Amino acid sequence: MLGLAADRLRADMNRLLAFLFHQGILDEQFLQLQQLQDESSPNFVSEVVNIYFHESEKLLRSLRSLLMDREFSDYNKMGIHLNQFMGSSSSIGANRIRNVCVAFRAASEQNNRAGCLRALELLEHEYCFLKNKLHELFQIQQQRVLAAGVRYPMQNI
Amino acid sequence: MGMAADSEFHVLAVDDSIIDRKLIERLLKTSSYQVTTVDSGSKALEFLGLHEDLHDRIDQNTPSVSPNNHQWRLQEVEVNLVITDYCMPGMTGYDLLKKIKESSSLKNIPVVIMSSENVPSRISRCLEEGAEEFFLKPVRLSDLNKLRPHMLKTKSKDHCKEQVDEKTAFPSPKQEGKEESNNNKRKATEEGVSPERTRPRPRPRPNGITTMV
Repeated sequence: MLGLAADRLRADMNRLLAFLFHQGILDEQFLQLQQLQDESSPNFVSEVVNIYFHESEKLLRSLRSLLMDREFSDYNKMGIHLNQFMGSSSSIGANRIRNVCVAFRAASEQNNRAGCLRALELLEHEYCFLKNKLHELFQIQQQRVLAAGVRYPMQNI
Repeated sequence: MGMAADSEFHVLAVDDSIIDRKLIERLLKTSSYQVTTVDSGSKALEFLGLHEDLHDRIDQNTPSVSPNNHQWRLQEVEVNLVITDYCMPGMTGYDLLKKIKESSSLKNIPVVIMSSENVPSRISRCLEEGAEEFFLKPVRLSDLNKLRPHMLKTKSKDHCKEQVDEKTAFPSPKQEGKEESNNNKRKATEEGVSPERTRPRPRPRPNGITTMV
């Protein structure tokens, strides 16, 4: 019974990862992050991703407050935020988010405010989706760790 | 920190992005290097012992061999390589590269530039200024394999490093490697010398989108 739970969790995790890669939500850089995780740095991926969430939310708030300002004209500043967002997204393998940033930056370079607003909404949507999926992934991984512990109770003593 | 020879190499990583700092730190530690990360070029120069106000004093020093030449250096820790992001507010990675190469005491420290944008003119500018490598972000573990040869060269001239303009003080067996590198590395893209080491590798994005300039 316990063995089945561990197998099912692994299948769930693989299915979720396959989905994320197939949809282009994540790219191979995410795999690189996973490869950097080992016994000496067992929570590396979740640590990096949590920093990414924190930074991204700050950037999204800044972008929104810039665009909501009726007298907004500082596209330069917006470009700086976008470059940061693009860079960090690229670093963790958040491929789709990075692509939206590219389109957003194009609109910004054309001083196209309406285009920027649309891009921002898309960005917020993509970010929410990614965050949910990654939380789901981390939950499955936590459950796997627990399931592995329960499977061999003697070894935990 | 085990018995691996690489653990005696100390890399200074410079990046204003906290995520990229965490990444490069992990990459470097996985490759068994000691790492210090800073978030700006000016902090990097501070760490290297090169203060802005002391810079003028360096220029006034005569290029003679003397232990007193570097009495102003506050650096306690030896740095074997500097790896820096290109795009940073204030002092860019290129500015930092220039300052290091213009410094009599630091110019022999190998410098590697990282950038998320594949701009050929930027790449050649950096290589011409003396950067050993130019990595496209995100940096991979395989990229870091290119670092060791550069750090080994500086180790071979341990005692020479602090002597100004003194390139041939010690007749070390690695001498020929050093000569080749000093003369040829900047022309590597033309001559094809050591292509693995010095030609930048523009890596296509998985989705085929290249960045705009």
